[in-house]
Formats: sequence, C-alpha cells, structure tokens
Amino acid sequence: MAAAAIEIRATDGQPRIFLSGEWTLTMLPLPLAEMQRRLRGCVVGNPCWDLSGLSRLDSVGAVLLWQAWGRRWPASLVATDEQRAIIDRAAGVSPHLATHTPRSAFTMLAGMGRMGLSGGRHVRDMIALIGQLALDVVHLFFHPRDIPWREFSATLYKSGAQALPVTALVGFLIGVVLSYLSSLQLKTFGADIFIVNLIGISVIRELGPVIVAVLVAGRSGSSMTAQIGVMRVTEEIDALATMGISRSLRLVLPKVAALALAMPLLVVWCAASGIIGGMVSANLEMGLSYGFFVEALPKAVPVANLWIGIGKGVCFGFLIALIACHFGLRVRPNTESLSARTTSSVVTAITLVIIVDAVFAILTRHIGMPGV
Amino acid sequence: MTGNVIELRGVTTRFGKVVIHDDINLDVEAGQILCLVGGSGSGKTTLLREIVGLLAPSHGTVRLFGQQVLDPDPHIRREVRRRFGMLFQQGALFSALTVFDNIAFPLRELRILDENVIRDLVFMKLAMVELEPRHGLLMPAELSGGMIKRVALARALALEPELLVLDEPTAGLDPDLADNFVQLIGMLQQQLGFTVVMVTHDLDTLAGLATRVAVLAGQRIIAHGTPAEILEVDHPFIRSFFGSEHARAAMRKKMN
Repeated sequence: MAAAAIEIRATDGQPRIFLSGEWTLTMLPLPLAEMQRRLRGCVVGNPCWDLSGLSRLDSVGAVLLWQAWGRRWPASLVATDEQRAIIDRAAGVSPHLATHTPRSAFTMLAGMGRMGLSGGRHVRDMIALIGQLALDVVHLFFHPRDIPWREFSATLYKSGAQALPVTALVGFLIGVVLSYLSSLQLKTFGADIFIVNLIGISVIRELGPVIVAVLVAGRSGSSMTAQIGVMRVTEEIDALATMGISRSLRLVLPKVAALALAMPLLVVWCAASGIIGGMVSANLEMGLSYGFFVEALPKAVPVANLWIGIGKGVCFGFLIALIACHFGLRVRPNTESLSARTTSSVVTAITLVIIVDAVFAILTRHIGMPGV
Repeated sequence: MTGNVIELRGVTTRFGKVVIHDDINLDVEAGQILCLVGGSGSGKTTLLREIVGLLAPSHGTVRLFGQQVLDPDPHIRREVRRRFGMLFQQGALFSALTVFDNIAFPLRELRILDENVIRDLVFMKLAMVELEPRHGLLMPAELSGGMIKRVALARALALEPELLVLDEPTAGLDPDLADNFVQLIGMLQQQLGFTVVMVTHDLDTLAGLATRVAVLAGQRIIAHGTPAEILEVDHPFIRSFFGSEHARAAMRKKMN
C-alpha cells in the first residue's frame, strides 16, 4: 500500500499532474489541509490530470479532488470509468444544500411564543389530568374491586419506606446545624431557652415539609417520570390501552395517592429526627437537658404547627406525584425527550413546592404562633 | 486486496455453565459476503458481537485484518475499529442528533477532515443509500423503519470500511422494503468492494446477497461454503431451514 502522492511533470509544454498511490481516508497524508492546498495550487494553468497511477480512490479522495477542481470537471482528465463514477458521485452534491434547519430572524420571538403556548398546554393538560383523577376516584367509589392496591402499596414502599433513612439523616443534620448556629446568637442575649421555640416551630412547620419535598421530588418524582417515560418509549402504555386498562387509573392514581399518604408521614419522621438533632446539639452547646427540652416543646410549639406541617406534606406529595406523572406522559419516543422531561419534572416540582409553601405561609400566618 | 479479513481460531463462549460456542474456526476472505445462519439461540448474534469486539470469547482469538480485535494496545484496537462498520438491528442512531450529524459523527471524530469535506461526504453517503438531502435535517424519531436502516447504513459506511457487519439487516421491514434494502447493499458492495458478514434468518436476504454461508448448530459451525454446497449438506437443521419449497425456489433463482 502506497500513500497518496502528487507529481507535476511538463510534457509538450502542457503541465501534467500525475496522482499516484491510494487516495483513501486511511492513506491520505496528514494534515489534510496541506494536501488540499497543494491540490488547489496545481489547478493553476489548467493542467491535464492523470489518475492512471491511482491504485485506489474512495469518496474522501474524490471529494478532495472535486473541491480542488472548483466543483467542475477539468478540461483534460485521464481516468478509468470507475474513477469517473466515484468522482461523479461527489459531483452530484450541490454546494447549496442546507446542513441545518436555517434560523430565521424571528427565531427568538417564535421561541418565546412557543414557550408561552407550551406553558399553556402544560396547565391545560395538568387540569385535564386532575379531572381524570377525580373521575377515577368516583369510579373506584362505585367499583371498589378496581382499586389498584398492588401499585399503591408498591409506591408507598418505594417512595415512603425506602426514603426513611435518607430523610432521617438529612433532618437530623439540619436540626444539629440550626441549633448550633442559633445557640451562638441566643447565648449572647441570655435567651437560651428560646432554642426550643426556634427549633420546634421552624423544623415542624417549615423545614421538615420543604426538605422532605425536595428529597422526594429528586428521589421519587424523577423515577416516576422516567418509569412512565420508558413505558411510553417502549409502547407499554399503548399496550395497556389496548387491553382496556386506564393509564390514569393504573399508573397515575396509585402514585399520586401513595405519595399524598407517604409524604405527611415522612414529614413527621423528618421533623422528629430534626428535633432530636437540635436537642442533642443544644445539650452539647448550652447544656440544656433533654428532659427540659421535651417538657418545654409542647408549650412552646402549639399543636396547630404539626397540623400545618402534615397538611403541607399531603399537598406537596400530591403535587410532586402529579407533576412527575404529567411529564412522564408527555415523553416522546426518544432518549433525548426522556432526559429533558425528567429534568423539567424535578425542577418544576421543586419550584412549585416552594411557591405553594409561600402561599401556605401567607394563609396560615395567624395560626399556631405562640403568644401572639 | 487479498487474504483473510476475519479469522476466528478456537472461539469458545460460555455464559456460566451454558456453552454457546465450542471451538469455532472460521475464515472470511476479502470481498466475500458471508451469511451466518442458525436456529434461534444458536449464538449467531453472540458470534457477531465477538467478531466486532463487543464481547470477549471465553477462549480463542478473533482477528480482523490480521490484528486482534481485543488487542491489549488501545491504538491497534482503535485502528481495527476504524476499518469496519456495523449496522445494528434497530439502527442505533443517536437520537439526539439529526440524520446529517449522525452520519457526520464518525467523520468528525477522526479530527482530520474539515467541515466542507465532511459536508460533501455526508451528502454523498445520503445519495448512496438513496435518501434525499432534505432528509438530513430530520431527527431519527421522525424516520420510518426503512429510512432508519438506510441512515444507519450510511453511518456504517461513513469511514469507507473494508468490512461491513450486519445484524439482521432486514428484520422489521416490509418484504418489498427488505428487497430494496438487500439490492442496495448488494449494489454498494459491488461498487465499493467491501467484505460483508451478516446474521439473518430471512431466506430472501440470504439468497439475494450471500456468496458464502456458515451454518451454526450445536455449538459448532457444521457447514461452511457456497450456498449451492450448503444445500447439498445432509443435516437436520439444514434440511428444515432450507427444506421448504419457497426456500429452494429462492436459492435456485439466485444461483441461475
């Protein structure tokens, strides 16, 4: 195998370009730009091109020659029919073909419009999904045999029971950190005992639900979207439909119901572990005894706070599962769409949870505050 | 080019205690179109995956172009992989890239070609597999089954391979689409002169393309030769595989 080479000879006053060796992708000398420059240099003076010395020519060689010739046939060319056929294929490519969909001047405007419309569609579909779930609940009330217990308990186990260790760990650490930082401030005012109010109210009412919501959205929301999305890609959802099984009843409802039940339980669990963390930290930092902390807690934190926390848990669980299923059902049958939808599912769920939390804060501002 | 493109020596494959292949030897010469046939579960696709180096055999060696596919030297491994193209059963197009970018991908990965050359090459390959330039703008999800196969073939041919490996090239295509695709592969093989190894259980594909047939049964290659020679072999699997009237007619039509 010989590398591709160019030789310039002058016979009878007319320059002649002899090409020899293998003009193939693997045998062309590198860098290719140097070869292209030499070829373009050869074109000057309209020489005769002699390809009879070529042992092989492939598409890459043909494209290089064709581009060097300025996309037209040279005046005189010595080549076999096969070589002409290969170059002819390169000649068939028009130089004006688009390699990408052209961007118009209105791309940005159109993009914004499309985003608005797609946001509207999301809201519409979400409302339709909620309506469908309501209809399913009514249906199940009259046909209790259709209740998807297995799916419900599977979700309860995967999203609830299996999330216990991580929520406990995160809750405990948040409690420790919060208690440590607050105690440094409270000590300077001599207001040590208010650590009970601070930890109790913030963890039970606010941090517990939000932390659990973020964890669950990342843990269970993403897996729900991916699961339903993969079922879309592999046409499993269509298979369910042909068997006359409602996808909302079998896939969406058990997930939403199970998460709405598991989340408040997780909130109580996480808040309890947060309070224990705070208690340990307060004991180490300020010498507050465990007995005092436990005794002071019910007085410092009205029980309404616990109900608010649980209510938030139910609401957030419902939202996270609903959003996860909604995005899962909108996955188109390709891998790119699957990853994009899973990301939007988690981001939307966490954003909405924070927004709803703010709404909760405003609506419940007169409830459960001690000594107001 | 002469010599063996593929050499399998003593290839044995075991999954746990199950023996799939037992001491398989196989040579494929340059320019041949070899068709691997065998019953379901006989390890055809497994053998194909060993040939392209996706799977290491338990014993024995696989050599392509005289080099080991699983050579310890990464440079040699890479060189060998640039010299063959593989067409997967489902196409395996990168779903995040357009058709144009899918075909351009292996060319860009070489990092020696400029965009102008790549562009011309991609449109040449598209024309070769009888697709139109405007199809280059589509995403893989927007293509029909037949088009996916064609784009995948164009991508497999992007680096001007000396060997083309096909896994069930006509599975999932309508009979007339399958015929077209078989003709296309045959035509390209004649023009470009590459070697082909394929797995199929479609007799029309086999009859339309194969110049050599290797039959896998009972963990071994029980017969290897031209289609005419294979028809003469007396073995239960071959009798049942080529036994039907349709099969004989298809094979005879091709041989005449």
